[in-house]
Amino acid sequence: MNIHEYQAKEILSGYDIAVPRGRVCLTADQVERAAKMMGGHCVVKAQIYAGGRGKAGGVKVVHHPEQAQELAKELFARKLVTPQTGPEGLRVRRILVEEAVEIAREFYLSITLDRGASRYILIASAEGGVEIEEVAAKTPDKIHKLTIDPLTGLRSYQARKIALALGLTGSLCEDCVELILSLYRACLEKDCALVEVNPLVVTKAGWLMAMDAKMSFDDNAIYRHREYPDMVDYSQLDTLEITAGKYDLAYIKLDGTIGCLVNGAGLAMATLDVLNECGGKPANFLDVGGGASREKVAEAFKIILQDPDVKGIFVNIFGGIMRCDVIAQGVIEAANEVHCPLPIVVRMDGSQVEEGKRLLTTSGLNVQCADNLGDGAQRIVKMLG
Amino acid sequence: MSILLNKDSKVLVQGITGRSGLFHARMCREYGTQIVAGVTPGKGGVHVEGIPVFNTVEEAVRYTQANVSMIFVPPPSAADAILEAADAGLELAVCITEGIPVRDMVPVKRILADHKMKLVGPNCPGLITPEESKVGIMPGYIHKKGKIGVVSRSGTLTYEAVKQLTDAGLGQSTCVGIGGDPIIGLNFIDCLKLFNDDPKTEAVFMIGEIGGSAEEEAAEWVKAHMKKPVAAFIAGVTAPPGRRMGHAGAIVTGGKGKAADKIATLRNCGVNVADSPTRMGEAMRQILEKGKS
Repeated sequence: MNIHEYQAKEILSGYDIAVPRGRVCLTADQVERAAKMMGGHCVVKAQIYAGGRGKAGGVKVVHHPEQAQELAKELFARKLVTPQTGPEGLRVRRILVEEAVEIAREFYLSITLDRGASRYILIASAEGGVEIEEVAAKTPDKIHKLTIDPLTGLRSYQARKIALALGLTGSLCEDCVELILSLYRACLEKDCALVEVNPLVVTKAGWLMAMDAKMSFDDNAIYRHREYPDMVDYSQLDTLEITAGKYDLAYIKLDGTIGCLVNGAGLAMATLDVLNECGGKPANFLDVGGGASREKVAEAFKIILQDPDVKGIFVNIFGGIMRCDVIAQGVIEAANEVHCPLPIVVRMDGSQVEEGKRLLTTSGLNVQCADNLGDGAQRIVKMLG
Repeated sequence: MSILLNKDSKVLVQGITGRSGLFHARMCREYGTQIVAGVTPGKGGVHVEGIPVFNTVEEAVRYTQANVSMIFVPPPSAADAILEAADAGLELAVCITEGIPVRDMVPVKRILADHKMKLVGPNCPGLITPEESKVGIMPGYIHKKGKIGVVSRSGTLTYEAVKQLTDAGLGQSTCVGIGGDPIIGLNFIDCLKLFNDDPKTEAVFMIGEIGGSAEEEAAEWVKAHMKKPVAAFIAGVTAPPGRRMGHAGAIVTGGKGKAADKIATLRNCGVNVADSPTRMGEAMRQILEKGKS
């Protein structure tokens, strides 16, 4: 689960990490008022669930409140496309107005999971700013990494090595040690999948400040943070993806015409692969979960049919322990309930597969049964011509 | 022979009184698994379906000599359940539970390094040594006893692969679903090592997917150490690039994780990668025949 920069900064300031004074705004008029409060000279920052905003024009320094208002109008009216949003871009519904801070030096600092090591890893660099991935690729020695032993936690001396490697000395070095320890504490207590401060700056006035912050949470841990569901900005998510999320279905909209309903993420990906191989274009990725319960199949049908681009549906369920006649009944009930007018190809595997096929072919639906994965993909592609 | 599990394995089920725990305990027993005990704190002393239930794993082991655990404990207590199994001296725990927070699993993984117990999963379908024992939620009937080791990050896609192998006349020694979570117990390389040393396994089929770099590392290991032919499939060749936040992920993985890169690395390391999910069984047969000629 992602959150916005302003929300991440609120959390970090709760851990005694300094952030610029700022206000989040929902309208251009609010942006103008906020700019006045900051004294006119301020930074206007579009809030979207992705990085790379600066180069896309989503972050600008302005000098007058009117200028802030004009910029806000423009940002609210369009989608921001950055290297991290995908080509469709993201709508801007919230803007953060912050005081302009004079910067002396910029750093990069983040904590995330190192899957290879099965531990959290702290990443730091004195080359902070927008080109950090390039720095990592071209000059890896400028990236400092520290994998954290969960049993000892992050120790001050380890944080100090990082701070010194960033070139910080004296009291700034000790402030950075505190900041790094706070960041790790926030990462654990808030169940972060990522916490990234880029840039972390030394201001001209001489102290450390988190100028930008990104935070995302471990979806598996949301149950122990009651406040998280209310922090979601639904404007950043696809409407069908939101509905799917309510029913615990994994749905991703794609740009083709074949609606896909599959159980299990790996099999769902393989289904997209085989449809493409047969010359078909999938309209979505949809995983109803390994168990494929009747209720989830029904909800999945509804979601697929809400997509106007869908011209046919491919159901691929490897039931395993679940009986195929039960799955078939689920498909029939769901298709009838939503009055599915589109051609459907069903590939199922599991016990009672013949009975399942008989139920489907006598159901009166526009449905074909496939013998296996390849056969199913070919049939639906052929049916749609 | 087989790896990790055979007909003599004595299995206890942590979370046996829950709905799926009980259902799958029954399914595994029907398959032939020796289910000797259940563990649910607070329910010790009762029997479910003739299986004695204990309050702790330690107690269950003392009375039944169980050496394997199948875990169905819900996410908030699952990490604790894994550590309890390790502490009781089990040889293997298979954690089926989906949705355990990463913050809980990081210390578990670290602590397990000091125990002899091996962990499969979490968030996995489990493992099966066909016609001997099944500790997991996979359908038993698609499997057939044989000489192919199967290791997979996926659930239902593994069933698809196994069915194709069985249909192609290629039985399996043991099939291990290692799970798709960021932090798991046994990984691809751990399983490849076990298969490499198992005299009854003649070849291995590996099922991977986009994300992470586990497949690339496994490929390098195969090139350096594997004595047996390996075929593979990687799901997600046509998956669209996802949205992402920030740069840390890219810095950690160095930009790895795309299906095309994984496939290229595997092929460079001598693994026969199926070019379609419909030809997984065929890919296995090809490399076996190539070895014979």
